[in-house]
Amino acid sequence: MSGLIETFFNLAVMRQYLPLVVQGMGVTVLLALVVVASGLALGFVLALLRSLRIRALALPIVLFADVLRAVPPLVILIIIYFALPTVGVRFSGFVSAWLGLSLVLAAFAEEIFWAGILSVPRGQWEAARATGLNTAQTMRRVVLPQAVRLTVAPLTNRAIVITKNTALASVLAVGEILYQAQAGYSFSYNPSPLTLGALAYLVLFIPLIWFGRWVEGRFAWKR
Amino acid sequence: MQVGLPATAPVPGASGVMPAPGASVAPPAPLLRIRGLRKAFGATEVLKGIDLEVAERELVFIIGPSGSGKSTLLRCCNRLEEPSAGEVWFEGRNILATGTDLNAMRRRIGMVFQSFNLYPHLNARDNVALALVHVLKQPRDQAHALALEALRKVGLGDRGEALPGELSGGQQQRVAIARALALEPAIVLFDEPTSALDPELVGSVLAVLRELRSAGMTMMVVSHEMGFARSAADTVVFMDGGRIVEQGPPARIFGADAQPRVREFVAAIEHR
Repeated sequence: MSGLIETFFNLAVMRQYLPLVVQGMGVTVLLALVVVASGLALGFVLALLRSLRIRALALPIVLFADVLRAVPPLVILIIIYFALPTVGVRFSGFVSAWLGLSLVLAAFAEEIFWAGILSVPRGQWEAARATGLNTAQTMRRVVLPQAVRLTVAPLTNRAIVITKNTALASVLAVGEILYQAQAGYSFSYNPSPLTLGALAYLVLFIPLIWFGRWVEGRFAWKR
Repeated sequence: MQVGLPATAPVPGASGVMPAPGASVAPPAPLLRIRGLRKAFGATEVLKGIDLEVAERELVFIIGPSGSGKSTLLRCCNRLEEPSAGEVWFEGRNILATGTDLNAMRRRIGMVFQSFNLYPHLNARDNVALALVHVLKQPRDQAHALALEALRKVGLGDRGEALPGELSGGQQQRVAIARALALEPAIVLFDEPTSALDPELVGSVLAVLRELRSAGMTMMVVSHEMGFARSAADTVVFMDGGRIVEQGPPARIFGADAQPRVREFVAAIEHR
């Protein structure tokens, strides 16, 4: 028992590496925020473009969404960070992680928004168009308010998943929580910094998960 | 914005066979003139050449078995369905012609649906006001006032804040009627407006239709409410298999001289 405490809950080690992990939390939060913002925005725009039902536009979007949902996020990060430089495109670890995770989130978000748009009954389109609203007005005033409402819960879950995937950025030497915790581990020869990292994720994500649950209830369909 | 005035529709190849409904005065030019209208879904032809005229202030009632093309006919009149061939003349224009401003045409042709199709995220007032604000570009305050006025006309002046889900089916359909009327259309198309309602709620919607009729609104109504057709329609049209089988005043369509197919159908409906 004391061995366990000594190994994983070593207070002296924890105290020493706490500042590093806290610094990592800052990077994790920053990366998560930019990924969620750009991923959701891109996914939304892609779903709107797809809804124009122009084949030349929809086909590449579907292909993009399918490929990025099929390939593990880590592979995508590695391609951007390690493979692209061989063709002369070079991004920092942070930018690579931001790009890669945003693209993955955008792929999922596009599918979710698209499903939301499709789930709005045809009669809603017809009613709006029959009063003279054009396609864009119908989309903006009638379809999207209903579609977005349906997508809030799945999008929140997706956002949580992708934010957790910021840990993958540690592979690209981005100084987020896991990277700092691993650094602490290798400096101290003691895994307690990893425990600290786990705690840091809990502190960040439990409130987010609770927020997700609240959002789900808040946007439940009141008919 | 009044509809009145001798409609100056330059009607092509006018044959003018259609008698004016129950009037001894000179027949006014038709507000809506459908000629040779066809609609096919894939290989299935749903409308096989429809000719029909609707005069101003006329209530044309369309009956017929399910699958006879009644709803499709209505939906071709505002191009919710794209007809395969034919002409629909409205306010001097063939609205099937290329280059027709669909949205301008649609705000002059109201439509009421079987399933109401109210916007569930907007309250009754905003359901009515939406097109006033975004199509007619009215200031929000004015649109809201007009919306409440339209709701008052259908007996729902005090339910402006209610969400569709908080209203009964009959109330929802009356909101939908107010939504169509608020745009001051020249004609309103009713696609089975009472079919989705519980029997005890049908009366409230029919009462609104009756009021509209006495106010002189031009209407095309697809419905199975035979009693209403008898008492309120100017012209009853019987459709079957994508064609108009017979049309005329209710006394004739519901009388003993109607074609056997018409009599059979009417009897079947009335003895449900």
